Amino acid sequence: MKAIGKKQSVLPGFGPSLGYTVFYLSFVVLIPLSALVFKTASLSWSEFLAAVTAPRVLASYRVTFGASLLAAAVNGIFGVLVAWVLVRYRFPGKKLIDALVDLPFALPTAVAGITLSSVYAANGWVGRYLEPRGVKVAFTPLGILVAMIFIGLPFVVRTVQPVLEELDHEIEEAASCLGANRWQTFHRILFPTMLPAILTGFALAFARAVGEYGSIIFIAGNMPMVSEITPLLIITKLEQYDYAGATAIASVMLLASFLLLLAINLLQKWSRRHAEQ
Amino acid sequence: MSITVSNVSKSFGDFHALKGIDLEVPSGELVALLGPSGCGKTTLLRIIAGLETPDTGNILFNGEEATNRHVRDRQVGFVFQHYALFRHMTVFDNIAFGLTVRPKKTRPSKKEIREKVHTLLKLIQVEQMADRYPAQLSGGQRQRVALARALAVEPQVLLLDEPFGALDAKVRLELRRWLRRLHDEIHVTSVFVTHDQEEALEVADRIVVMNQGKIEQQGTPSEVYDRPATPFVFDFLGNVNLFQGRVHEGTAKMGGLVVETPEHAGTRNAPAVGYVRSHDIEIERIPFDTASLAAQVHGVVTVGPLVRVDLKLPGNVEGIEVDLSRDVADRLDLKVGELVYARPRKVRVFTDDYVI
Amino acid sequence: MQPATTHKATAAKRNGSVSEPVAVRWVLIAAALLFLALFLLLPLAAVFSQALEKGWAAYLEALRDPDTISAIKLTLFTAVCCVPLNLFFGIVAAWLIAKFSFPGKSFLVTLIDLPFSVSPVVSGLIYVLIFGLQGWLGPWLQAHDIRIIFAVPGIVLATLFVTFPFVARELIPLMESQGRDEEEAALTLGASGLQTFFRVTFPNIKWGILYGVILCNARAMGEFGAVSVVSGHVRGVTNTVPLQVEILYNEYNYAAAFAVASILALLALVTLVVKTVAEWKIQQSLAGPDDKR
Repeated sequence: MKAIGKKQSVLPGFGPSLGYTVFYLSFVVLIPLSALVFKTASLSWSEFLAAVTAPRVLASYRVTFGASLLAAAVNGIFGVLVAWVLVRYRFPGKKLIDALVDLPFALPTAVAGITLSSVYAANGWVGRYLEPRGVKVAFTPLGILVAMIFIGLPFVVRTVQPVLEELDHEIEEAASCLGANRWQTFHRILFPTMLPAILTGFALAFARAVGEYGSIIFIAGNMPMVSEITPLLIITKLEQYDYAGATAIASVMLLASFLLLLAINLLQKWSRRHAEQ
Repeated sequence: MSITVSNVSKSFGDFHALKGIDLEVPSGELVALLGPSGCGKTTLLRIIAGLETPDTGNILFNGEEATNRHVRDRQVGFVFQHYALFRHMTVFDNIAFGLTVRPKKTRPSKKEIREKVHTLLKLIQVEQMADRYPAQLSGGQRQRVALARALAVEPQVLLLDEPFGALDAKVRLELRRWLRRLHDEIHVTSVFVTHDQEEALEVADRIVVMNQGKIEQQGTPSEVYDRPATPFVFDFLGNVNLFQGRVHEGTAKMGGLVVETPEHAGTRNAPAVGYVRSHDIEIERIPFDTASLAAQVHGVVTVGPLVRVDLKLPGNVEGIEVDLSRDVADRLDLKVGELVYARPRKVRVFTDDYVI
Repeated sequence: MQPATTHKATAAKRNGSVSEPVAVRWVLIAAALLFLALFLLLPLAAVFSQALEKGWAAYLEALRDPDTISAIKLTLFTAVCCVPLNLFFGIVAAWLIAKFSFPGKSFLVTLIDLPFSVSPVVSGLIYVLIFGLQGWLGPWLQAHDIRIIFAVPGIVLATLFVTFPFVARELIPLMESQGRDEEEAALTLGASGLQTFFRVTFPNIKWGILYGVILCNARAMGEFGAVSVVSGHVRGVTNTVPLQVEILYNEYNYAAAFAVASILALLALVTLVVKTVAEWKIQQSLAGPDDKR
């Protein structure tokens, strides 16, 4: 490896920086993660299967992945809307709003969790208007959805925004010269251009929601079989000293995140190719 | 300082950028590496600088082995295509950089550095801009600052990568004449890379024409222009017309064109191509002699000081282009569709093993 | 980088044939703002409103609680441990990836991103599996009376894991976009490797570093899931600020919980401000001549 780097660049430090990067990466990320893999491998197949397919666990997958999918979809739609409004229109306070979009990245999840549950609780700022109409948010699966929308909100906005900014508006002018109306221009020209970015943002928001813990547990109610998310189940197992069960479920989660990471990488490659054309 | 490049090859993966390059740059000369993009000229320049390492072969400075000498110790001044000015430093700090990074023992005093930088600022004619940042300069000014920065360390060799490539046509013209004058003053051995034949012909003492990782020809500007060694050089330096035909025992017959080619005396009935520059063809309304070719005028376009005439010849599908001076063209007053006679003044015949 | 600015200029000028009717525009803006208000502004405002529900005195009282103070200390300690380590790693890794080409590079970048896609709970669990009583090193650690899980080292390690990619993630694209020309120019002028880094590379990436550090710090101070797995929730000993919020909240001591949470919310707001400034500076430093003049 060293010879290759040396041949290609006169800049110093290839060997040491490669060495340190690989060392630190292994020490902090790879070796700890491999502990999970080895621990899972030490389980027998029937033990593993029993742990990851117990009814309560299956229910938690349904809640976690279902709500994540729904939250990512909501964020997909509103993310495009927010990105569009932030790039295309001018209105007072726009810069502030733009900066605030990243709040879910910066606000600790525990804080998000307690404040969302207070806002959407029966006597909360929003909950008090929903409750009389029969919509219960806090301490129901709907609460999980709200928390997941919150933490996934920036992803679609931040992937679509640069694409919209880079978009040559001559393309739209060309479409309108050719007789397309505004809606046709949007769904035949602009939307296909944004699609890879939308999907990337969707996948990122989905991945984040699947693994989320802190902001959800305060608002979810955490009823087994109904509103219990998989990460919480892992912690519950740990607290019961069921290490095998926790590990088995965690390995399913890890596999899911690997697959999502792969999908996201492919999507990003696709959108880069798309952008270059 | 002289530079010797000996049998240098370099590949990037499957791409062979340089294939066994041998080159001698005598001390004090200004040499142009000329060729199309991807011909390996920039790679060769970077290898001379020490920014790339050759896979095989050697670089010698003044006859001394320098292949493994680090770029820091080569004492080369390198001017990057996009200038590579340090964007966070003022013009002054950019130019002074090479002096200020020297070890304490050899570092000039602050006062000496200031004087040196101001001399250079004067030389490049941007004295008032010492405190500006690169982003506040025009392209031509940035190019000159990059040059001053390279010269500040008093390099033994000055290497310039497409030095005028990113500039407007007019600035480019001014700057290349300025570079020529500068070189006449300081006489540092210089190599510059360009894909612009006009630039190479005007500025360089010697031109090295490269193609596909190899040197096609080297020589003075008039040598490479007047006596191109290969069809590639012929084609790359200026407009050229092709006449397909055959050569047999020293006589080439290409359509109606018959040329004596003593250099092909030993060739027996081989395919050949005649190369004629577009300004080496005369046009008249009456035949000159038996060697003139009947042709039909297909188009007449005035291009600045020249008039370009498209001719159709029987048996020559592509037709030929002829450049006439304005007064010749005015005298002839050619009309499209007219029948005329063309006579090539200079024909260079290459047999088929040379095809571009 | 000039294209970006010309785009902005034309975006401002653009109107008429390629824009929506005014009414449509306002409906879209209103919809977007309503969405953001419901999911961002209200929750943020609620933190401060709830924190001050019982007045300033109660607010300050909650913050002066010894357990809260020790939680703040632990959180600061964790950040002080993790941010410099991941900062150094981020710079080294970005130098490697942006300035050299070598086989396996894109795979390496994916691995660096990995902690982002691992659930925080799983991030904590892996350390339990290694250092916990039933873990790989558990018996040995117990024999030597070293505590990592349910102790401060575990909290630091889990935080190190979840904040691992932040600086590298920010610096890699920035340094890639800056290319290698300036570093090569410095070398041809006789600069040493360290001189090249500190005098040429560093000034170009300092805002990127700030950006990465501030986000890394926000996550280090705010991490909940991973830390909650390894902490053991020992009051005054292994409680970080987010864990303290949880405990107070679960004890129905809402005002105190929100008071402590308001510190973290303030931290988030400061993070957003610094981040916005850093972003602006990065864009400025990448921008062409016309922007600076």
